Amino acid sequence: MKQTARIISVYASDTSGVCSALYELGGMTVVHDASGCNSTYATHDEPRWYHSDSMIYISALTEMDAVMGNDAKLVGDVVETARELSPKFIALCGAPIPMMVGTDFDALAQEIEQECGIPTFGFHTNGMHSYLTGAAEAFDRLGERFLQEEMVKTPHLSVGILGATPLDFSLNGSIDSMVELFRENGIETVSRIAMGGSLSDFSELGKTRVNLVVSQAGLALAEQMFRRFQTPFVAGVPVGKGFSRELLKELRLSADDGQCRFPCAVRNANAAPDTPAAVIAGESVFAGSLARAWSDQYGSAFPVRVLAPLEHDPRLAAETDRDIPDEEDAEREFSRASEIIADPMYQPVAPENVPFHPLPHEAFSGRCYHKWNRNLIGRDPQWKENPSC
Amino acid sequence: MLKKLGPNSRDNAEKRIADAEFPQPFASTLEYNAPARGPWNIVHTGMLVPGSHQIFACAEGCLRGVILTAAEMNAMNRMSWISVCENDLFNGELESNILEGTSDILRKLPVLPRCVLLFISCIQLFAGCDLETILDKLRKRFPHVDFIDCYMNPTMRKHGLTPDQLMRRQLYAALKAGGKQDSRSVNLLGNDRPTEESSELVRMIRDSGKILRDITHCRSYEDYQQMAESALSVTYLPTAAAGGDALAERLGRKHLPLAYAYSTEELLEQYRKLADALEIAMPDFHAEISASERALDTAQKQIGKAPVEIDYTATPRPLALARLLAEHGFHVSKVYADVFLETEKNDFQWLRTNFPDLRITSTVHPKMRFAGKGVPGNGEKVLAIGQKAAYFSGTHFFVNQVAGGGHYGFDGISRLAGQMIEAFQTPKDTERVIQYKGLGCESCL
Repeated sequence: MKQTARIISVYASDTSGVCSALYELGGMTVVHDASGCNSTYATHDEPRWYHSDSMIYISALTEMDAVMGNDAKLVGDVVETARELSPKFIALCGAPIPMMVGTDFDALAQEIEQECGIPTFGFHTNGMHSYLTGAAEAFDRLGERFLQEEMVKTPHLSVGILGATPLDFSLNGSIDSMVELFRENGIETVSRIAMGGSLSDFSELGKTRVNLVVSQAGLALAEQMFRRFQTPFVAGVPVGKGFSRELLKELRLSADDGQCRFPCAVRNANAAPDTPAAVIAGESVFAGSLARAWSDQYGSAFPVRVLAPLEHDPRLAAETDRDIPDEEDAEREFSRASEIIADPMYQPVAPENVPFHPLPHEAFSGRCYHKWNRNLIGRDPQWKENPSC
Repeated sequence: MLKKLGPNSRDNAEKRIADAEFPQPFASTLEYNAPARGPWNIVHTGMLVPGSHQIFACAEGCLRGVILTAAEMNAMNRMSWISVCENDLFNGELESNILEGTSDILRKLPVLPRCVLLFISCIQLFAGCDLETILDKLRKRFPHVDFIDCYMNPTMRKHGLTPDQLMRRQLYAALKAGGKQDSRSVNLLGNDRPTEESSELVRMIRDSGKILRDITHCRSYEDYQQMAESALSVTYLPTAAAGGDALAERLGRKHLPLAYAYSTEELLEQYRKLADALEIAMPDFHAEISASERALDTAQKQIGKAPVEIDYTATPRPLALARLLAEHGFHVSKVYADVFLETEKNDFQWLRTNFPDLRITSTVHPKMRFAGKGVPGNGEKVLAIGQKAAYFSGTHFFVNQVAGGGHYGFDGISRLAGQMIEAFQTPKDTERVIQYKGLGCESCL
């Protein structure tokens, strides 16, 4: 049945996506909610919480304030706290109850900005969509505000990494490895949005010759860059040795011809409908890139198909990929698979006789499998050689 | 001109008790969430019903925390969910989605559970969801399953029972009325860990010849159902009292709410009430009182004048504990709490008069975001009681305890004194220890 799950986990929500996207940028993010959102985010969705201070708060919404529409308390609390903490910007985002009572976050953001003079954003989250939706809106809106016009492009090939959050990349060094991979290949990384960078990465971003979209969360910002600055983008994550080389080529091509490319949606070893194939479940850009890496390693004799559990742009998927929005969809697709690469929390709905390669995804299993987390940037995963991988 | 916050500024987040108001020392504002995860949540508590299965119906953002709570405690085989989307709220299918979703999940389970805890959230309550009708239909479809209505409704936390109180009430909602009454058995309700066998409270019940029943001792659903027979139920955690009242009223039994206490007078008063309810003579506790005094004196000699910081998650009565320790010569420097129970009022006044410089510190104030892990360069050895006190003080010397830790009475004081000595001598890996969810539960981390 749709929207039900007997045993699998649930993906991080849009509010967590906003918080995760903005975590390192020096702003203050306020989730308009009673209490649960902050605890959930801080415990399960934010591996930086203990060691890295960031101004992520909840408004401590009460029933009475919600029913009476007492937005003045939220505005007053945000302004007072902002005056004390001096954030670089303020972000408001909603949860289910503000959605029900029709809280106008755009108007509240405007009011707060007028009162304290700090750039303020109202995000349209409600806890009912995936983290990708929230993170994408966060990156896109910050881009609208902080991207600088008339930046001179770097004379040499340069890249901006767009859409990185620990919800997709955990804290396993993947983004650092990407930067290193580019450096080794003579490509400068101008911005890394938003892991290991800062708010100034947005102002610098206009210098890049090409952007690399590493998650659907970065796509809207990439499109904005293309629209405003004609900066092309390539969608993919440089996983596996062969696909990393391929992605570097695509980046150079796009920088040269100004065209956007979606190599994560190209399958060298397409799985014909209804034929058994290896399946990779996860965020579309990452899973699609892994599928490319799989094909590069094992060739066309081993077809592969991506299973997309989350909302995604159709350009990020191949025709033969499948959506698995619900547990029963995942169960059905797994039953037809020859091998499965997925988060370990999918394993209970996978057939016991099909090889299952666990690949933890923070946005699904949180911190449960941190010990199994792997950085696959530029490295071949060796799925078949080491079945426990 | 905006003021830049210093990394350790606690203005407005900390004050002398002499300057603090009771029961809410700090103004309500935005809130921070400290990474101390030991206190139990509604999932941990609900899992105490043996053989039960939990189903949460709420928005995905709200589901995430409860699902991963179950995952971390290796209990995903007892947890399912139904997500609520925007359309469900307005298309008239709010109830049918829960009804059909629950039915679908139950049909897919390898074994039908004896009991299902069906949780709804703030959003269904705001939308006027008819949970009673859903439950009626589910009971007809699955006559061998006991369904308990449960609530994850933090938005309503300041109106009526808190989610924690509600959960500790609903924990016993499947106990069946109309059965025989057993005057030889006594329930201890609302605890998430067993009370020490050596406590006077447990000994009084056992020594009276009664059978002690406690959900933390139940190994089967039958064990749990036997609690319905007990003629008397006792509670001592403040969050459990409402559940005790509700059960007593529904089953036509007696409920004895005892105070969680640290002072000799208050404890003896509780024991007199218990002795009356058990229809036994009041035991002589002089030896236990002396033992607790000796234990505190021994601890004080070892800990000396090292600052002691206490937080509200360690004990339901942080001020009463602060007073007890201060009276015994400890240097209690801080109590971390955002609100106090009414039962703490006398201790608040006493501390205000006798130790006006005791600091009361918020755990959720926005500035506490920058106050974690202690004050750099401050080499003072701090003994913390509770995980939040450990986190905010930055100490590695702490008593790792939540919700009283199963201690009660003079025996509980003696045990706590022993734990304080042990904690003061043996450092802990604070970062690792406090981030495990649900102290005492299994963890996959």
